Amino acid sequence: MKKVKYDVVVLGGGAAGMGAIKGALSENVKTLLIEREASTGGVLNQCIHNGFGIHVFNQELSGPEYHEMYLEKLGTFDAMYETTVLKVDEKHNLLHAISKDGVYEIEYGALVLATGARERPFEALRISGTRPAGIFTAGLAQHFVNLENKLPGHKAVILGSGDIGLIMARRLTLEGVKVEGVYEIMPYQGGLTRNIVQCLDDFNIPLHLSTSVIKVHGKERLEGVTVAKFENGRPVEGSERFIECDTLVASVGLIPENDLVKEIVEIDLSEGAVVDDLMRTNIPNIFAAGNNVCIHDLVDFVTMEGEMAGKNAALVSKGEKLPERKAIIKEGNNVRILSTKYTTASQAFKLYLRVSKPMGTTALYLNDERIKVVPVAKPSEMIELTLDPSKYKMRGKVILSALEVGK
Amino acid sequence: MSDSKLNENGEKNSKIIEMTCIVCPIGCHLKVKVDEDGKFLSVTGNRCPRGAEYAKQEVTDPRRVLPTSVRVKNGELPLVSVRTESAIPKRLIFEAMKVVKSIEVEAPVKRGQVIVENLLDTGVNLIATRTVKKLT
Ligand SMILES: Cc1cc2nc3c(=O)[nH]c(=O)nc-3n(C[C@H](O)[C@H](O)[C@H](O)COP(=O)(O)OP(=O)(O)OC[C@H]3O[C@@H](n4cnc5c(N)ncnc54)[C@H](O)[C@@H]3O)c2cc1C
Ligand code: SF4
Repeated sequence: MKKVKYDVVVLGGGAAGMGAIKGALSENVKTLLIEREASTGGVLNQCIHNGFGIHVFNQELSGPEYHEMYLEKLGTFDAMYETTVLKVDEKHNLLHAISKDGVYEIEYGALVLATGARERPFEALRISGTRPAGIFTAGLAQHFVNLENKLPGHKAVILGSGDIGLIMARRLTLEGVKVEGVYEIMPYQGGLTRNIVQCLDDFNIPLHLSTSVIKVHGKERLEGVTVAKFENGRPVEGSERFIECDTLVASVGLIPENDLVKEIVEIDLSEGAVVDDLMRTNIPNIFAAGNNVCIHDLVDFVTMEGEMAGKNAALVSKGEKLPERKAIIKEGNNVRILSTKYTTASQAFKLYLRVSKPMGTTALYLNDERIKVVPVAKPSEMIELTLDPSKYKMRGKVILSALEVGK
Repeated sequence: MSDSKLNENGEKNSKIIEMTCIVCPIGCHLKVKVDEDGKFLSVTGNRCPRGAEYAKQEVTDPRRVLPTSVRVKNGELPLVSVRTESAIPKRLIFEAMKVVKSIEVEAPVKRGQVIVENLLDTGVNLIATRTVKKLT
């Protein structure tokens, strides 16, 4: 077993992990990246569509461009690729990892978790019928089409209107696959409106809301699916329709990836790692950033979170004491997801929230105080708040809630 | 047009078209005022000037950036991701895909490298969006 020692170790080299490397290096500490794949970038590598970098680079880039341009800003750093961490021993500040050239014991001063998210599998939906070839998660289909030059089939149905599903509807259409439609069980879309416009409307691909697949048909290869309208979470009798297709692409959500640390780090109901405004978990020298904290729409914010996590991890590794938590932040009415669950009230910080239902003009409240009004609020689109402790009272319990104040 | 009616203020009758700005993922909700000939008059709801440009373009000649990929010969990867350097007319998207499918580039490919110059006479280049090294 080989032993190595670093001030900051970053686990995962997607946008958040690369940001953490940059943040840590800015404090001149010895920093190591550990990545399971052969290169950095994470999900950016397969997101060849444009829509990245508006805030960080002030231009609209594709995922791979964002990745390479950010990497160039980083310069050189130590990294172990194709390396899997098997265990985090937080009591002794050790990681046990396995790579092509053997087993490693890695000692860290501070650790940044940047492991991203995994796709919710089709099986999680418990849909009846057979399980023939031709069923893919959207991210897997994206990987095949964009990186391996393989098409999944000829006629596709897309289940779920999350961004990856919408982007794949366009991608498959451009590649000559007939996309019959997108089916969404909720009464509202899952992805960004811009993706409804440029991925579905532009190509006349119908979006069927309150509709889902209830049965899969076919023996070896998928032959079709039965869809039905849904009301109150149940299929409406008589609304069933058979659709012939050889491909079913499921875009039914991302789950924060925290398997490795779920026994030691506080995890919330949506499976994200719970952090404070310094991106610190319940363990003082373990930080987290990116999709393993909460699922983000915008890579730019993931990068910023990563940079902060890396910088603070570096400070802790140098023995600096960071401020303590002063308040817990809770989801109030109509708020489903918060990126930050505690605050040290030591600095102004950014927090991202998702509402639980689509609303028109919406006012956001911190306890009883109105702090922002947005023209529309949708569960699919994160709302950014800047919380300044010199402006708002942040002690004890802070409740963030949303109220529709106009259509 | 000369025969359009004027309203009581002596202006042409205008109408509001609602749309989502797709220039960036923020997706501002735009209300675009056009006259009865569909000519752009004004816009509200945009958080930045790019939204105004988009609205004007969208009601006259809608354009999109095309992101896709091109086959690579002797590369570490079979494909290189590409996009049009700026937006091209929406109506040309499928024709552009035909061009994209007919070509193959030789590795190495550099990010930003022009893959097709002046795609379909649009004045817009198709560029590589990543690096693909030569297979060794
Ligand atoms: C399909 C899709 C489309 C998107 N579209 C846009 C868009 O248009 N515009 C935009 O701004 N944003 C977009 N986003 C959002 C943004 O790109 C992501 O939120 C962001 O890139 C996530 O970065 P991350 O570092 O948190 O996660 P990831 O990119 O998933 O990185 C996690 C990394 O950790 C590694 N890893 C995981 N577990 C381990 C382990 N145990 N050991 C070692 N390594 C590990 C993984 O291999 C991976 O490299 C999109 C996201 C998706 C999924
Ligand atoms: S108006 Fe500006 S901020 Fe709003 S979506 Fe368009 S580009 Fe983005």
